[in-house]
Amino acid sequence: MSSEAHQSVLSGLAGEVLEHTGVKANSCYQCGKCSAGCPLSGEMEYPPSYVMRILQTEDAELEEKILRSFTIWVCLTCEMCYSRCPMSIDIPKMMDFLREKSIREGKANPRAKKIIAFHKSFLDSIRTTGRLYEVGLLVDYKARTMTLMQDMVLAPKMLSRGKLNIFPELIKERSKVSKIFSRSTKKNK
Amino acid sequence: MTLGLYPGCSLKGSSREYTESVLAVTKACGIELIEIEDWNCCGATAAHNLNKELSLALPARILSLAEEQGLTEIVVPCAACYGRLTVTKHEIAEHPELKESITKANGLKYEGNVGILNIIQMIDKYITPNLEGRIIKPFEHKVACYYGCLLVRPHGILQFDREEDPQSMDELMLKSGATPIDWAFKTECCGAGLSVSRTSSVGRLSGEIMKDAVDRGAEAIIVACPMCHSNLDMRRGAINDYLGKEIDVPVLYATQVLGLALGIDRKTLGLQRHFVAVNI
Repeated sequence: MSSEAHQSVLSGLAGEVLEHTGVKANSCYQCGKCSAGCPLSGEMEYPPSYVMRILQTEDAELEEKILRSFTIWVCLTCEMCYSRCPMSIDIPKMMDFLREKSIREGKANPRAKKIIAFHKSFLDSIRTTGRLYEVGLLVDYKARTMTLMQDMVLAPKMLSRGKLNIFPELIKERSKVSKIFSRSTKKNK
Repeated sequence: MTLGLYPGCSLKGSSREYTESVLAVTKACGIELIEIEDWNCCGATAAHNLNKELSLALPARILSLAEEQGLTEIVVPCAACYGRLTVTKHEIAEHPELKESITKANGLKYEGNVGILNIIQMIDKYITPNLEGRIIKPFEHKVACYYGCLLVRPHGILQFDREEDPQSMDELMLKSGATPIDWAFKTECCGAGLSVSRTSSVGRLSGEIMKDAVDRGAEAIIVACPMCHSNLDMRRGAINDYLGKEIDVPVLYATQVLGLALGIDRKTLGLQRHFVAVNI
């Protein structure tokens, strides 16, 4: 079978990944270098090479496990897997797609609650001010996760070293940035 | 000469000393940095994790502003911002159909012709050629150059240095009078975006990095990324907890070391702002 014919039969999640990211799950021959180099594989239920193998099976039940996994959220996108992959499979790009799909379909792993809360607090901060407001980010994150005391010891040290701005930096064209947000989130729904 | 500057959010807040040292070094070398007016956040990890379009549209606005303001080349000292801006420029060039939807969102033109330099590239291009005779206080210490992830990966897009065992920062440190050590964790990940939401992972990842550097005799860790710096410096408590011992080896930005070697005073370079005291 030619490689093109092989691609055309990709269906299920692997097919979606191919369509949206260009990543070909069936190029993976399970050498395992990605999982060996991944700094977080020890904290994942499915290290990167397992994710690739599951996509190749095109088994809907297993694919569902990937979308509901902690793996996709603890992945730091450090790009080590991609740089060591002998087939140049862009695993980080695939992870971005899987995360976006997981959130959109309400399948985010409950253990990833804090990680996702941090990302959401981060984006909310930019949406309002155009730039990241670190104090606002931390207050918002703490409210979302009820981790009120965490890192409280850092704040006074940061303040005394001039590392925290009490007030946000506001850009002039904040409305343009909000517009970018509303356009991209609308499409996402 | 003049160059554009995209500082990014960290450099205005928790990594203020990085900005201070970048400005001090460029000023000393006759380079004027012009900050892009009204720049926004690049979206960082949060945007590309949750929303692809946003992760391209936010950096695209920054590049469009630079174009509009006549800046043909910009320096991006934050490795993470450098990565996001460079990836965006690459994605739009590879997929021209993205351009329309992105420019519609921000209402600006986008040509894709702004040159993007990370801090080491900027120094290599504009500072090191004129460095001879200017190193008046060589930084005579053993240093571990820590590149982290986003300065060198993904290599196919960034095309900077080598993705395993890079050398550019080591060469800069040699020129600044330091002795770079050979070590194994140059491009391992520090834990980056999990700093707040999963501090224990950061303690482990950054702990392993610190341990290798210290075991091999480094007197300082040298970085070119505010996230690497904050994890190795501000998160030293979590690192020490993980390793079960106190490590007092400081973490300096490459620009702070170069500044010291050029004879710039410590306060101008912001050395007093670090959590781990710089006693060397």
